[in-house]
Amino acid sequence: MDNLLVKMKAQHIDFFYGKHHALKNINLSIAENKVTAIIGPSGCGKSTFIRLLNRMNELVPHTKLTGSIFLDNEDILAPGVDPVDIRRRVGMVFQKPNPFPKNIFENISYGLNVNGVKNKQVIEERVVGSLKKAALWEEVKDRLHDSALRLSGGQQQRLCIARCLAIQPEVLLFDEPCASLDPISTRKIEELIFELKKDYTIAIVTHNMQQAARVSDYTGFFLLGDLIEFDRTENIFKAPHDPRTEDYITGRFG
Amino acid sequence: MQRHFDEELLKLKTDILSMAALVDEAILVSVEALKNLDESKAKQVIADDRKIDEMELAIEERSLSLLAQQQPMAIDLRFITMAMHIITDLERMADLAVDIAQRVVEISDKPLLKPLIDIPRLAVVAQKMIQDAIQAFLSRDAELARKVIFSDADADQLRNAVQQELINEYMIKDPKAISRAVSLLLIARHLERICDHATNIAEDVIYMVNAEVVKHHPERL
Repeated sequence: MDNLLVKMKAQHIDFFYGKHHALKNINLSIAENKVTAIIGPSGCGKSTFIRLLNRMNELVPHTKLTGSIFLDNEDILAPGVDPVDIRRRVGMVFQKPNPFPKNIFENISYGLNVNGVKNKQVIEERVVGSLKKAALWEEVKDRLHDSALRLSGGQQQRLCIARCLAIQPEVLLFDEPCASLDPISTRKIEELIFELKKDYTIAIVTHNMQQAARVSDYTGFFLLGDLIEFDRTENIFKAPHDPRTEDYITGRFG
Repeated sequence: MQRHFDEELLKLKTDILSMAALVDEAILVSVEALKNLDESKAKQVIADDRKIDEMELAIEERSLSLLAQQQPMAIDLRFITMAMHIITDLERMADLAVDIAQRVVEISDKPLLKPLIDIPRLAVVAQKMIQDAIQAFLSRDAELARKVIFSDADADQLRNAVQQELINEYMIKDPKAISRAVSLLLIARHLERICDHATNIAEDVIYMVNAEVVKHHPERL
């Protein structure tokens, strides 16, 4: 994959919900400090796949996973690996913003406390730093002790991003992060993703093809549990190799 | 799944076909005007060029609207962007037909310097190249497009033959013939440029069909 560093790599991933073979022999690399988009129609396995990258699938009963997922050179599925540590290094932002029912400051400091950060000054620096990185600081700096639930949808989503950033992840996973946001908030999040990729590796699941085209460097197209095609985003959208990819991105899918 | 967008794309194709037909006609009539030294026919070509210019503008505007509103991808994106290139080449061909007509007006008050042999041959090559290039565009036929590109060599050869003959057999031997010889030489040049534009269209068709860039890279053919 060009001459880039690979941050995460899925190898021979098969995943089952009960008897349903939801992911079939997936092999995919996520490049460091790049944005990789995962696209495909409903039920193709894209959300299922991205949740494997920080072992969120383990919260779902009656599932089976085989294969390896490497974070740098370490298989995160190997016995003895702490999933909580993986989820700190690989953070996740969900479709519906899910701030804690606490104030803005505490939404971020909570994660730091849980991760053993006790020093008040360090906590304050990290809260301010992550709010700035999430492009939310200017909007909330005078009301850090207001309830997070009073923020708008777009602001709540940026708070969730700040919450991830505070515990210093290496990878950020976005599962349809703008699906419940208005166009302006969506654009703000997309601009934020451009900025964030300088320091983090990003994977994003989206059903919005124009968003995938705008925001990502690499795109993978999933269909019925298979990875059909994976390439630089500009190639996928200018001249895809597989006719199924072309049918999907041109809207001929019926 | 049939898309409303497909109707729009079909309309774009039809409009380009209509424009190509007018261009083809303009070249045919300008060469007819030359053969018969028909000044009024030549002036008709010059007057009719306006219609072709208007078609270029209308198709370009429609293409931009489709890009803005439909955010086309892949084959649709390549089709619309290449369509925009192709109408530019068609419009330039029509301008060259006007140039031929203007040369005819310049020489129509005297008899032809010599019987026309290679110039009509060159005109036939040009018309075949345009027709094949447009057919390749309509049928998405990259092989036919390649044939068009290769036949450009014939056009260059004919143009060179006309040039050699006019210089060596007429201009050097009789200074009074120079003015008419230059007009004929220019007509050959205009026809050869028409062939170059047909080649451009063929290169764009190959990109549209295969996403392969052969423009400026003949070694890739």
